[in-house]
Amino acid sequence: MSAKAKSILRGIVVAAVVLYIAFLLGPIAGFDVPAIAASIQADPKQLIQFLIIGISNGAIIAIIALGYTMVYGIIELINFAHGDVYMIGVFTSLTVLSLTGTLNTNDPVKIILGLALALVVSIASCAMLNATIERLAYRRLRNAPRLAPLISAIGMSFIIENLGLIWASQSWLVPSFGTTGGASQKFFPDLLGTIFTVNGWKVNLFEYFGIPLRFTIKDLLVIVLAVILMVGLYLFVQRTRLGKAMRATAQNRDAAKMLGIDIDRVISATFLIGGGLAGAAGLMAGLYNNTAWWFMGFRAGLESFTAAVLGGIGNITGAMLGGFLIGLLASFSDGYLNARWTHAWVFATLVLVLLFRPSGLLGEQVGQKA
Amino acid sequence: MLELKDVHTYYGNIHALKGISLKVEKGEIVTLIGSNGAGKSTTLRTIQGINRPRSGSILLEGEALEKLPPHEIALRGVAQSPEGRMIFPRMTVMENLEMGAYARKDKSGFDEDLERVFNLFPRLKERINQKGGTLSGGEQQMLAMGRALMARPRILLLDEPSMGLSPILVELIFEIIQTINKEGTTILLVEQNALMALSIANRGYVIQTGEIVLTDTASKLKANEMVRKSYLGIE
Ligand SMILES: Nc1ncnc2c1ncn2[C@@H]1O[C@H](COP(=O)(O)OP(=O)(O)O)[C@@H](O)[C@H]1O
Ligand SMILES: [Mg+2]
Repeated sequence: MSAKAKSILRGIVVAAVVLYIAFLLGPIAGFDVPAIAASIQADPKQLIQFLIIGISNGAIIAIIALGYTMVYGIIELINFAHGDVYMIGVFTSLTVLSLTGTLNTNDPVKIILGLALALVVSIASCAMLNATIERLAYRRLRNAPRLAPLISAIGMSFIIENLGLIWASQSWLVPSFGTTGGASQKFFPDLLGTIFTVNGWKVNLFEYFGIPLRFTIKDLLVIVLAVILMVGLYLFVQRTRLGKAMRATAQNRDAAKMLGIDIDRVISATFLIGGGLAGAAGLMAGLYNNTAWWFMGFRAGLESFTAAVLGGIGNITGAMLGGFLIGLLASFSDGYLNARWTHAWVFATLVLVLLFRPSGLLGEQVGQKA
Repeated sequence: MLELKDVHTYYGNIHALKGISLKVEKGEIVTLIGSNGAGKSTTLRTIQGINRPRSGSILLEGEALEKLPPHEIALRGVAQSPEGRMIFPRMTVMENLEMGAYARKDKSGFDEDLERVFNLFPRLKERINQKGGTLSGGEQQMLAMGRALMARPRILLLDEPSMGLSPILVELIFEIIQTINKEGTTILLVEQNALMALSIANRGYVIQTGEIVLTDTASKLKANEMVRKSYLGIE
């Protein structure tokens, strides 16, 4: 049989398996086709609304996924603590906003300055945290069997989650808004909503132009910021000396060493950048979803790791694409299926990709190391 | 210029280099010949710092290299076209060459060196925007050598540049090696193709299971009984 026929056949088998699982688990997980069709028919603009939510959340997922994929690309390690670094970004942002009094003001200038400061501090702290994790937990295991750094990564994840738990319980750092204890979800105020509220009406860009959909300032901010970060990262990796050194190290570490590249520095830089992106995502997600929780890195980690694998782990463009796709999947699952099952769908996607297309959508990267 | 004194290198428990001593003088082509698995590549990797010697010393113009990390060794003027070429497959030819100049401090000489590389390997100029991974084996070898030259090294280490190439290409590559040497670069050449290597080298070393068993001028080695039998295939 020709290779093409084989791959088509395999595609059919995969599709059949997916459909079978979907219909088997479907009704439990809210996958009820007639009901979905009916609800789309009843309110078609809702579909576009979920699309908007999916893209905004997808942008955040993509930014986190970049950290997974860059680190994997360069040292072939899944940094399991990465989702938790993002969680620290959410808390750092909230704490900066709280300590600067930004949460208690209606002055737009103060709010914007506070947000800018929170962004900078969150990026810087998460960058440092991530690089420190590499230094402490991964560097000396670089030549160890692969399981060792993986276990070390999971340990780091636990440590940081507990750090988040302690942090969340400090009411002088994280305003409790009536919640008690570090384990509860904390409220992250919708500061952009506060600024852009006119006569008690939250500014809605689409409604302003007569489109009956919700597209607020925070959707705009998240998407714009994500695009800026992605373009910036892309240019950095393609054009700068350090960016090129990163690509070289990812493609052939020994050759990079021979050419005078200090790969320890390059790897540190990779963790700094990945952590910085997670820090930015932390502020974005806090503003967008309005919660801060010590365990939120787990879900974000699952979603963005899946996004990275879906796009092709190690592939930067792939992580961006995968991020948006997973954002849409999650949004449609939340909207039309059953929000309780969204994790399961994301996880199922991860398993299916790993089983049937481990190199992901765009990834020729894996297994191509000569 | 380069001197190894009693260098021992291990892979775990495997004792790959058992006390290698050799010397390369300025302006020379010195060849290290030996059969597969003798330790030729390990010698070059040890000089470059990719593998750490457990004991012994490596001196570049009197300065000890054996404790320096590889990128520091590169900065001191050691460049290599490694076994298996190790070009960057998803970078363009131009980017590969740029990476070659990474260790250079004088960016002004870049254009000059680029021109020199393109003069030596006109094929690379034709392929300038192509991804390294899409080149043919011969072109990849040229790229690996060109990339090493972009560092304007004091000593160039070449690991089996003829491997897998057609006889015509082998001729061409060896001619280019001679040109590079005449233009002033000292060369340590590792080869299984002993006949070719000895015909362009000044001196040679024969390595067997991690030990130097013989050293002499290239012409005397060519005439040596043992070398003729074991490496030149002449009875
Ligand atoms: N990465 C490695 N791990 C373990 N042993 C190795 C490794 N590389 C080389 N060796 C061993 O070291 C010896 C010398 O190898 P090498 O330097 O590659 O020889 P040559 O280049 O002369 O063919 C061989 O016995 C080989 O099996
Ligand atoms: Mg070899």
